[in-house]
Amino acid sequence: MGVSCGCVERHDHAVLTVTDLTVRYGRAVHALQGVSLEVPDGAVVAVLGGNGAGKSTLLRAISGTLRLHRGTIDAGEITLQGRRIDQLDPATIVRSGVVQVPEGRQVFAQMTVADNLRAGGLAAAPERRAPARERVLDLFPVLAQRRGQRAGLLSGGEQQMLSIGRALMSDPKLLLLDEPSLGLAPRLVTRIGEIVAEINDQGTAVVLVEQNATMALRVAGHAAVLEVGRVALAGTTEQFADSDEIARLYLGGHAESEEQARVEADRAATSRRTLSRWSG
Amino acid sequence: MTEFLQLTVSGLGKGAVYALLALGFVIIFKATDVVNFAHGSLVLLGGYVVIATKDILGYAGAAAVGIAAAGLGALLVERLLISQSKLADPISLVLLTIGVDVIITEEIIRRLGVTAPFLGGPLEGAPLRLGNIVVFRPQLIALIVGVVLITAFFLAFRYTGWGVAMRAQAENREATALMGIRSSWVTGSAWLVAGLLAGVAVLFIATQDFSGAGLGRGTHAIALAAFPAAIIGGLDSTGGAVLGGVIVGLTEAYTAGYISFDFSESAIYLVMLLVLVARPVGLFGTRELSRV
Ligand SMILES: Nc1ncnc2c1ncn2[C@@H]1O[C@H](COP(=O)(O)OP(=O)(O)O)[C@@H](O)[C@H]1O
Ligand SMILES: [Mg+2]
Repeated sequence: MGVSCGCVERHDHAVLTVTDLTVRYGRAVHALQGVSLEVPDGAVVAVLGGNGAGKSTLLRAISGTLRLHRGTIDAGEITLQGRRIDQLDPATIVRSGVVQVPEGRQVFAQMTVADNLRAGGLAAAPERRAPARERVLDLFPVLAQRRGQRAGLLSGGEQQMLSIGRALMSDPKLLLLDEPSLGLAPRLVTRIGEIVAEINDQGTAVVLVEQNATMALRVAGHAAVLEVGRVALAGTTEQFADSDEIARLYLGGHAESEEQARVEADRAATSRRTLSRWSG
Repeated sequence: MTEFLQLTVSGLGKGAVYALLALGFVIIFKATDVVNFAHGSLVLLGGYVVIATKDILGYAGAAAVGIAAAGLGALLVERLLISQSKLADPISLVLLTIGVDVIITEEIIRRLGVTAPFLGGPLEGAPLRLGNIVVFRPQLIALIVGVVLITAFFLAFRYTGWGVAMRAQAENREATALMGIRSSWVTGSAWLVAGLLAGVAVLFIATQDFSGAGLGRGTHAIALAAFPAAIIGGLDSTGGAVLGGVIVGLTEAYTAGYISFDFSESAIYLVMLLVLVARPVGLFGTRELSRV
């Protein structure tokens, strides 16, 4: 990808391209500044970064829902297979094949599992609904078992699966996932990772926003790290894995004990400022 | 016993009309988060169009046009005013609907002059006998039409894509937008349906035997009783709207029959206050008015 300098190296086979995107909320909050990102055809791209880094903002900009949060795009552009989508409304963006699974699942708690899935398919052409539904129930057999239950009664993991399944009901080309592993037990985090890989194998490109870098990098082929609204690092996941500095700073999960984790976190905090910009 | 049965059927008939109106309140509230105080004026608008076209189109045609006009009127209020001020706070939106209500109501009353005409048609005429009880036509027919329309509404709400979209948007606007569902389509259709139901309701309200009030301030005041009906049931509950309508209708019929006609209107609001004190969100509601 090589986007750490803000100059975009364009690939011919990108499904999504974000170029120099600047977003603010209200007048004062600059959530993204000059962010560029590319999602190659059929790829899984991980977007990593701490709380408040701008990950959700990036997804909202792509899905056209910034306005619901009183956010605006100040500069930059977003293209889907070469066509600009940054001026479109969310409904049109979904119809052109990009669907976002929001942070915190946001299933329709009062509605049944079946109705949640139906809601997800309303924007799809009628003849594509049945195959999409089949695919979703194949991926998540538990949703078929629970179809008559209210979504609010499902466990956290099941709600996440419903939220992803609901998004797949419109048969997207590109799926945007906002921290799907948040709040889930380790076993389920692994399961979510497998599911993302499976969805990708079926031909859907994925942008995977995560704080759990270990899981995300296992699934993704490319990754970018956001830091206070800017892309701090970007590259292929091999490059990420090869770099000790990055592993220590961002990947986490290596600490054997809480004590060690705290020491590493301190060290990371002090060296962050001096981190040399690293370009893939 | 005969009197009780008679009051019950009549109360249920009135209740069906209140239920149609309260259902409109509730779906507008669910879809737009707006308490629509312009509902009474939409009722008048439908009635006015019936009066204005009756001589040309005949009763049935005029009734159809009146219902359509009330629906379109509601849709226009939503398109031209509510959706243009999406980010305004709920209080100013409520004030906006009050403004719309005054403007439409006063204009219609001005056009009608001193007369408060009845809409007439097959809803007027000799009372009907059911066994040994006697029921006024508008109440009995309202009961039948109400049951049919309310059933149709609930089937649509439960089973159609429109119903799924309505329920989804009522729960979570952002998640609904992320499904590619156009929120303007959902809100617009909610106002349209609410207006159509108001257009049906006025056919019953503005008759001699329903209330004795012709099209005018009397009709408007009766339509306002749908507001306590919606509050009693819970402003965000469609089932509650129907129950609230029935409670208001029966309260009115029983108090008018057993106590005094003049007390019946206060009785409705008395019941509303009792429910609000015991359960601020209404019988089936989940959201308090103060947290609108
Ligand atoms: N609706 C909003 N209004 C104002 N500021 C916001 C809003 N949403 C997010 N922000 C701010 O924008 C920045 C990026 O937030 P966000 O994209 O949610 O980060 P992340 O998803 O990486 O945790 C943060 O500083 C956050 O406080
Ligand atoms: Mg976030």
